Amino acid sequence: MSKVPADLKYTKEHEWAKIDGDRARIGITAFAQEQLGDVVFVELPKVGAKVSSMKTFGVVESVKAVSDLFAPLTGEVVEVNAELPKKPEAVNSDPYGTGWMIVIKMSSPAEAAALLSAAQYEQLIAGGGAH
Amino acid sequence: MTSHESGPLKRTPLFDVHVKAGARMVPFGGWEMPVQYTGIVEEHRAVRSAVGLFDISHMGEFEVEGPGALAVLQRLCTNDASTLTRGQVQYSLLCFPEGGIVDDLTLYRFDDVRYMLTVNASNIDKDWAWVTSNGAGATWRNMSADTALLAVQGPRAEGLVQRLADTDVVGVRYYHFTRGRVAGVPAVISRTGYTGEDGFELYTPAGEAERLWHALMEAGRSDGIQPIGLGARDTLRLEMKFALYGNDIDQTTNPLEAGLGWVVKPAKGDFIGRDAIEAMRAAGPPRKLVGFEMQERQVPRHGYRILAGGTPAGEVTSGSFSPSLERGVGMGYVRTDASAIGTELDVEIRGAGQRARVVRTPFYPSKAKKS
Repeated sequence: MSKVPADLKYTKEHEWAKIDGDRARIGITAFAQEQLGDVVFVELPKVGAKVSSMKTFGVVESVKAVSDLFAPLTGEVVEVNAELPKKPEAVNSDPYGTGWMIVIKMSSPAEAAALLSAAQYEQLIAGGGAH
Repeated sequence: MTSHESGPLKRTPLFDVHVKAGARMVPFGGWEMPVQYTGIVEEHRAVRSAVGLFDISHMGEFEVEGPGALAVLQRLCTNDASTLTRGQVQYSLLCFPEGGIVDDLTLYRFDDVRYMLTVNASNIDKDWAWVTSNGAGATWRNMSADTALLAVQGPRAEGLVQRLADTDVVGVRYYHFTRGRVAGVPAVISRTGYTGEDGFELYTPAGEAERLWHALMEAGRSDGIQPIGLGARDTLRLEMKFALYGNDIDQTTNPLEAGLGWVVKPAKGDFIGRDAIEAMRAAGPPRKLVGFEMQERQVPRHGYRILAGGTPAGEVTSGSFSPSLERGVGMGYVRTDASAIGTELDVEIRGAGQRARVVRTPFYPSKAKKS
């Protein structure tokens, strides 16, 4: 079973968010990368782009499939992991670390309360939340 | 995991073995098959550098027998079955009268009057109806449910199979076969494959499959053997530009468009589809199946549009990240005027044209023993 860090928030689409004040760092979970298999391509937005809660902000592709990335929160992209498109395998090897994708400045921090806790997310994946 | 197939999925005799090995099972052509065990890229590389073991028991086997068998095959198949010697294998096609492809297959000559056709899993029922309704004059037997098929592919396949075989397999040439026991299990030992590596396909009775599988895994441990799922089977065949029925060829594609003119032998006499194929040969195919490489780090996929000079030129039929080339490669039909090696194309990915170039294929040099 994939580890689910306790200090992160999660979506049912298998993204994580690390909230720090009005900023949130975003990536996909260990469970998600296991389901995807070898990640070979990542497409991320540019700094300054606006993202909306549960709308797509990018794409991740494994050998077999294309998957949309969903923004856990609404805001503006203030940082992008520029290394990731060159080393997409980091999504597999270190999904919560060097596999991070973007940092956003939240426009409605209250949205964070609606995200899943680690315990709730663990329950989701234990119930076969893959799609 | 949801299935988009109708009806219950069929399972090979090795289903439980795959589940126990931790495979991810997916629906494929009406079958529940392993798509990967450890990961597609790792499995792909194991086949290119060592040896991999595939369960392809979902494929169909038909035997045809009788004094009329050759004549029946000559009428059904596009290739010239009369050139086959005993112990030889031939790649061939079944075509519709309009020239579209019913299926692609390998044809085995067992003896003077007995042959076997190996057909695609998703086409077994269609092919069976086709050969029995158009193949009167010989006795047909559908052996698909009774036959398991394991592929052992990679540079270490020869040594591994030889260690377990009670007969010489090193001397079996490409597209030839012999019979013998492998790990005590009776098998047709065929030097064929769908990967571009040297190796064998082993036909064995369904009830013996598990024994053979475990024996190969055990004996191959020192070679670095790995079980290989359909995911890597697809990337391996794509690097060779081997057509996959349902993706790259189907009832709407003529063999000449698909680059399969080399298995169409009009000089042998009449066969189903001959007139339509020869009419296209005379007129020239309007489109051709090409192989292309992406110029940026992008992955082409089945169904994406291909543009040439800014205008629609065709569609991607197979596309993936190539683990050997470490870039996106694909196949697709394009207008003949955009099919020459070196032609610049655009593949439309999420609304944007991405640069691609028609290249020589196979994408990766074949290591199959063609001598």
